[in-house]
Amino acid sequence: MRKTCLKYVHELAKQDGRVVFIGSDISNRDLAEFSAEFPDRFLMEGIYEAHIVGMAAGMAMTGKIPYINTIATFLTRRCYEQVLVDLCMHDLPVRLIGSGGGTVYAPLGGTHMANEDIGILRVIPNMTIIAPCDADEMARLMPLTLDWPHPIYIRLAKGRDRVVSSDEKPFRIGEAIAMREGEDVLLITTGITTARALEAAEQLGNAGISAGVLHVHTLKPLDNEAILDAIYGVSSVLTIEEHRVIGGLGSAVAELIAESDAVGSIRFARLGLPDVFTEELGSQNEILNKYGLSIAGIVEKARDLVGK
Amino acid sequence: MDKRSRELRLQVLHVLEKSRRGHIGAALSVIEVLRVLYDDILRYNPSDPDCPDRDRFILSKGHACIALYVLLADKGFFPQEELATFCDFESRLGGHPEHVLPGVEASTGALGHGLSIGVGMALAARMDSKDWRTFVLVGDGECNEGSVWEAAMSAGKHELDNLVVMADRNCMQCYGATSEVQVLEPFAEKWQSFGFSVRECNGHDAAAIGQNLKEAPFEVGKPSMLICKTHKGMGFSTTVDNPDWHHKSRLTDEDLRGLREQLEADT
Repeated sequence: MRKTCLKYVHELAKQDGRVVFIGSDISNRDLAEFSAEFPDRFLMEGIYEAHIVGMAAGMAMTGKIPYINTIATFLTRRCYEQVLVDLCMHDLPVRLIGSGGGTVYAPLGGTHMANEDIGILRVIPNMTIIAPCDADEMARLMPLTLDWPHPIYIRLAKGRDRVVSSDEKPFRIGEAIAMREGEDVLLITTGITTARALEAAEQLGNAGISAGVLHVHTLKPLDNEAILDAIYGVSSVLTIEEHRVIGGLGSAVAELIAESDAVGSIRFARLGLPDVFTEELGSQNEILNKYGLSIAGIVEKARDLVGK
Repeated sequence: MDKRSRELRLQVLHVLEKSRRGHIGAALSVIEVLRVLYDDILRYNPSDPDCPDRDRFILSKGHACIALYVLLADKGFFPQEELATFCDFESRLGGHPEHVLPGVEASTGALGHGLSIGVGMALAARMDSKDWRTFVLVGDGECNEGSVWEAAMSAGKHELDNLVVMADRNCMQCYGATSEVQVLEPFAEKWQSFGFSVRECNGHDAAAIGQNLKEAPFEVGKPSMLICKTHKGMGFSTTVDNPDWHHKSRLTDEDLRGLREQLEADT
């Protein structure tokens, strides 16, 4: 997914002289062609994310479209005030490409896991937040980032994630995609949880539970209309995210439901990481499995919710 | 103090007339630096404030904005009458400057942001082979922020000789003397070691400020730093070097009358 994303930054740079790439002391892997072809628009900067975000803001104020890539934790938490004030208050077209959204860097420990990135960015006006489900979807997203007039946070997954998206359904920023229809329970997902939810929905179907999957790649602006439309057709809704349950997709959907006519008539639950700093290392998969985000965990939670 | 500096300070008092509040000490500290920038150095067009070839000026120590508002109004970026709306509910003139106001390049006030923005602007100008320049005014207290030094490192690395930074070195911050809160010396040497060509001058001497800024870049291939030695609250015996005047929120008629009388006595 990262490779696809950075390849497209290079493609966009070929198309448009405003595109600039900024890295924060990251590996040159996947970037060598860009740096060779456009050395003047390729900036490999030091380990100072706050400065880089401010600098990108200054470039965007001058007509550039900077794409910044570094590790998601540092690109969201370390420079939060610069993101809020310099990018979002000025509503500038800077693209933050966060490597390792969620638990990708599990073996590196808690300091490197971005399990609150969506939550802390979602509260900032003008911010756009997108978590594609696979590399193919990333390829559909990237061309649209060129002219999107607001800051964007792109949450990168681990890579080599199973491809579940298809070009049969158009990709538009801010529009959720119905991946599967269902009548009993709606699984609302983002990022790589979409693939897991699709498998879980298949197993639920085998058990006589009709499960739909709504892929919310854009967490902000949230596709309220599509989510509410989908909710009105089912009796249970389960959100599934690789993020703490506070502040992310589940919170956003809960807020939507609480203010809708559906409140009180549907069963609702959030599946995600609990409100703790996880202590496990290992792998992304092991962490997700432990906290119920495995396919079996999703099936179990959905069955509990539906009561079947 | 010459006539121009007195008139600008009178305008500062005018801004305070209705709001009865503001970061007075900082505004009085930077007013000569801003006066020189807008009178003699910066390239701009008040009737076309966004014209692409303008020089960019960022007041990184945004709390000194009353001085900026006075200069922008003086040059016609917005009507003089708007000065009296400072901090009003629907005003464009807030307690820290925001980019909605013509002439304000970036919303500042959260300290430690402006120099990074300036570095980005200077880099963009160089990418586009443009000859406009970027000027950033930072406070000495602001230089407690690590991000200032991140930006300084980056400016040095990129050899941005189209970037001119000025430090308002009044040796005071909110609590008191900078030496009590966070020692900054050796200040000039710090900037030199980060890759800047550094000069120092009296920050209330318009001729000295102007002469130095006209000679920027001080060295080819290096960003310039002009350390402007100033006094916080300069111009009034009650406010000068007095941390009590860092920010005031309940100025009385008597306070304002006292300040005005000092200016009149100075003529």
